[in-house]
Amino acid sequence: MATTELPIYTKKDFQTDQEIRWCPGCGDYAILSAVQMVFADLRVPKEKLVFISGIGCSSRFPYYMNTFGFHTIHGRAPAVATGVKLVRPDLDVWVATGDGDSLSIGGNHTIHMLRRNVGLKVLMFNNKIYGLTKGQYSPTSEVGKKAKSTPFGSVDRPFNPLSLAIGSEATFVARSVDVFQAHLRETLKKAAAHKGSAYVEILQNCNIFNDGAWDSITERDARSEHVVQLEHGKPLIFGKNRDKGIRLVGLELEVVTLGNGITENDLLVHDEHNENPVYAFAITRMDTMPGFPTPIGVFRAIENVPQYEDLVNQQIADVQAKKGKGDLAKLLRAGDTWVLKA
Amino acid sequence: MSTTLVDIKGRKKEVVDRAVIRFCGDSGDGMQITGSQFTNTAALFGNDLATFPDFPAEIRAPAGTLPGVSGFQVHFSSNDVYTPGDAVDVLVAMNPAALKMNIADLKPNGILIVNLDNFEENDLRKAQVKVSPLEDHSLDAYRLFSVELTKLTRSALKELGLDAKSMDRCKNFFALGMCYWLYNRSMEPTLRYLNDKFKNKPDLVSANTLAMKAGYSYCEATEAFQISYEIPPAKLEPGVYRNISGNAALALGFVAASQQAGVKLFLGSYPITPASDILHELSMYKDFGVTTFQAEDEIAAITSAIGAAYAGALGITTTSGPGMALKTEALGLAVAVELPLVVCDIQRGGPSTGLPTKTEQADLLQALFGRNSEAPVPVLAPATPGDCFWIALEASRIAIKYMVPVIILSDGYLANGAEPWKIPTVEELPKIEVKYETNPVGFQPYKRNPETLARGWAIPGTPGLEHRIGGIEKQDVTGNINYEPLNHEHMVRTRAEKVAGIAQDIPEIVPEGDASGDLLIVAWGSTNGPITAAMNAQREKGRKIGHVHLRHLNPFPRNLGEIMKRYKKILVPEMNMGQLVMILRAKYLVDAQSYGKIQGKPFKQSEIEDKIEELLD
Repeated sequence: MATTELPIYTKKDFQTDQEIRWCPGCGDYAILSAVQMVFADLRVPKEKLVFISGIGCSSRFPYYMNTFGFHTIHGRAPAVATGVKLVRPDLDVWVATGDGDSLSIGGNHTIHMLRRNVGLKVLMFNNKIYGLTKGQYSPTSEVGKKAKSTPFGSVDRPFNPLSLAIGSEATFVARSVDVFQAHLRETLKKAAAHKGSAYVEILQNCNIFNDGAWDSITERDARSEHVVQLEHGKPLIFGKNRDKGIRLVGLELEVVTLGNGITENDLLVHDEHNENPVYAFAITRMDTMPGFPTPIGVFRAIENVPQYEDLVNQQIADVQAKKGKGDLAKLLRAGDTWVLKA
Repeated sequence: MSTTLVDIKGRKKEVVDRAVIRFCGDSGDGMQITGSQFTNTAALFGNDLATFPDFPAEIRAPAGTLPGVSGFQVHFSSNDVYTPGDAVDVLVAMNPAALKMNIADLKPNGILIVNLDNFEENDLRKAQVKVSPLEDHSLDAYRLFSVELTKLTRSALKELGLDAKSMDRCKNFFALGMCYWLYNRSMEPTLRYLNDKFKNKPDLVSANTLAMKAGYSYCEATEAFQISYEIPPAKLEPGVYRNISGNAALALGFVAASQQAGVKLFLGSYPITPASDILHELSMYKDFGVTTFQAEDEIAAITSAIGAAYAGALGITTTSGPGMALKTEALGLAVAVELPLVVCDIQRGGPSTGLPTKTEQADLLQALFGRNSEAPVPVLAPATPGDCFWIALEASRIAIKYMVPVIILSDGYLANGAEPWKIPTVEELPKIEVKYETNPVGFQPYKRNPETLARGWAIPGTPGLEHRIGGIEKQDVTGNINYEPLNHEHMVRTRAEKVAGIAQDIPEIVPEGDASGDLLIVAWGSTNGPITAAMNAQREKGRKIGHVHLRHLNPFPRNLGEIMKRYKKILVPEMNMGQLVMILRAKYLVDAQSYGKIQGKPFKQSEIEDKIEELLD
């Protein structure tokens, strides 16, 4: 293949002329900006980038990205994207989705895409509410959520999206936050580099129907107390004074304060390449445990699982290598035939 | 028509022009394989034929019970065969349940072979029979042969050292051997099949071979069989033939279409009776670069195919009624984004789960209208198992040329039924032209070909063609999101006009039989056989009848309205409550009369003839 100079892109190259129709102040703007910046640095020709989405506020994303884009139907983006990726494994296929699209109506496609390890990058915007249908609780809303369809509070237990992803055999699982721009770009780059399905939960604020849902994480004063940043090979430390950490006792996680004989050596050291999903699963549980911080960053990144589209196409190539390319005339005459003469 | 020969032993050999055999037994008795083997042998001999496999939805209902009865009927002849036959000449019944369920279809004086070993008290009880029919004279009207199939098979196989269960599984081949003797057929094709199928299990080859030969020799040796039959080869159009079922023909047709178009074939499918065989078949053709994706559900099956089409492949999906219902929303998406796609609905009895293994034609209105809003799609229907091949090519041609999803309505009878199929040469196949958009200058995603109204196929990976499409209403030409009232009306009418325009691109219809007269039969799908046979028989009686069999159900052939005016009456037989007839009446304001049968079974020739007589006398 001839080497071609890749064009040098800027964020602007990925903007479209379409009027953006998200509410002013929506967290989606920040995500769009981060994605456009990351795409400019991907070194992937624009025509090889495809954005596929389902339905919901997040799913308007493709219209604002100057790449190939396909706004499909509710929940089905992973299945459409799987078809694209199987036919054209050379394309860089991204999925924009939300907590309703990916975890309610599209839950089945999400888990099966993850177990197959299709090489798709999924950006799941989690605002814990249904925005486009104007404010019903979602499968990630907390118990007791008072919303349009639950005036007395929801009684549904929510999903933990990343626990679900790991339970679905996901090979790459990460979390970032709309307003943590640098962290978000870093996370997206890692997702882009992953071979296989990458599932990225992006905590996103819906300022109309669920404003402040992530305040405990995003408020400048609270941030360091409530967030632990996962970094491969480093201990899990958090707190304004970096004086708190996570320790593993048996199968239980524990928040400890450093000092009084407890040192960094006692803390859990983050290992995103740990093949045993038990570890990654355990740390996904922290944000629902009282007193624990919410982890952000890459939870799990396993590189030794083959990508589905490669396996499927390799099987075709193997058969063709063994049997030769199919001959239609021969196929039509396969099996028992007989000749009738005039 | 028959001649009788007498052999040296003084036994008679009668030459007849047609016969119908039905093998029936428990679903574990191997009746489908027995029937298929007889069919294959008859086909290789050069008979025309039609088959009707009829099996229960349960994989193994309790052995010997009525719900567990499975049957396979084959009609073979030295003349044209249009149906599997209304009544049978030879009935092979492996147990009392099978006998009870099938005896009504045996012709008077027909040959009845039963497995005597399966008529013990316990067997009778399972079949809910009080007195053995072998003893109560209820079978006096038939030529009954009570044969100890189990004991005779065991004794034939005793040298092999197999356990009783394994030996008993060969008794169907004993019965097959008997039928080969009865119709003077060579056992060679079945021997070839056994050697190939059980290459790595020599025990099974020997056991089945011995059982079949024992059955053949039994008839040869015993005095009971004083007559055998011969059916000379049929005078079919010269050419190379093979036996083919509708599902296999669809699979071949799609491979041919992808080769003729030079595009990759992608099948997204979720297993469902009676469509799964298309998935099985296509999954073998990896040497043709075919990608088969067994999706997590019906919705992923169609949406993955839409994704594949978006990426430049010929995307197809295969299903039956319940799956069709689940694919509805995605079909609407394919209409809106104007991508090529072929959806095969292998119809079965409904509603809901209905009769999974039985045939019906009741998804026509669903195919035509079963989507939200105005979402017209071309709908095609094959007339015979072999025609499924040509319909797959035609559907693919229309889908690609017009950038539109196309529905094929096959049914359980066509899917599993088989007929001799004249194999075309590759040169006889239609070419399918594919032109992906490549030129960024002036590119607009919804710019249309003025003649076909199809938009361009602009696939990801093409430099300069980056664009967005989606299910939201868009402006014509630019494809930008657009909610303006007049644009919406324009788009709705344009999509409809595009589909309606296909009428200019399909052949005018020419009625079979009389070009004008007393009665026109208008029909579609698998009813072709019995209608053709009935029409021929009635025309021989001097009635003026024509038959139009529609392969294009949307749009209709452009001269259909004019053709219907040439006859005094119009009859529309369908395996539903009158769906095509509703459309014909609404669209053409004709007094077409419905004849519906909704029993999970194809029409009999006699039923159509009775209806014709009722209308014309």
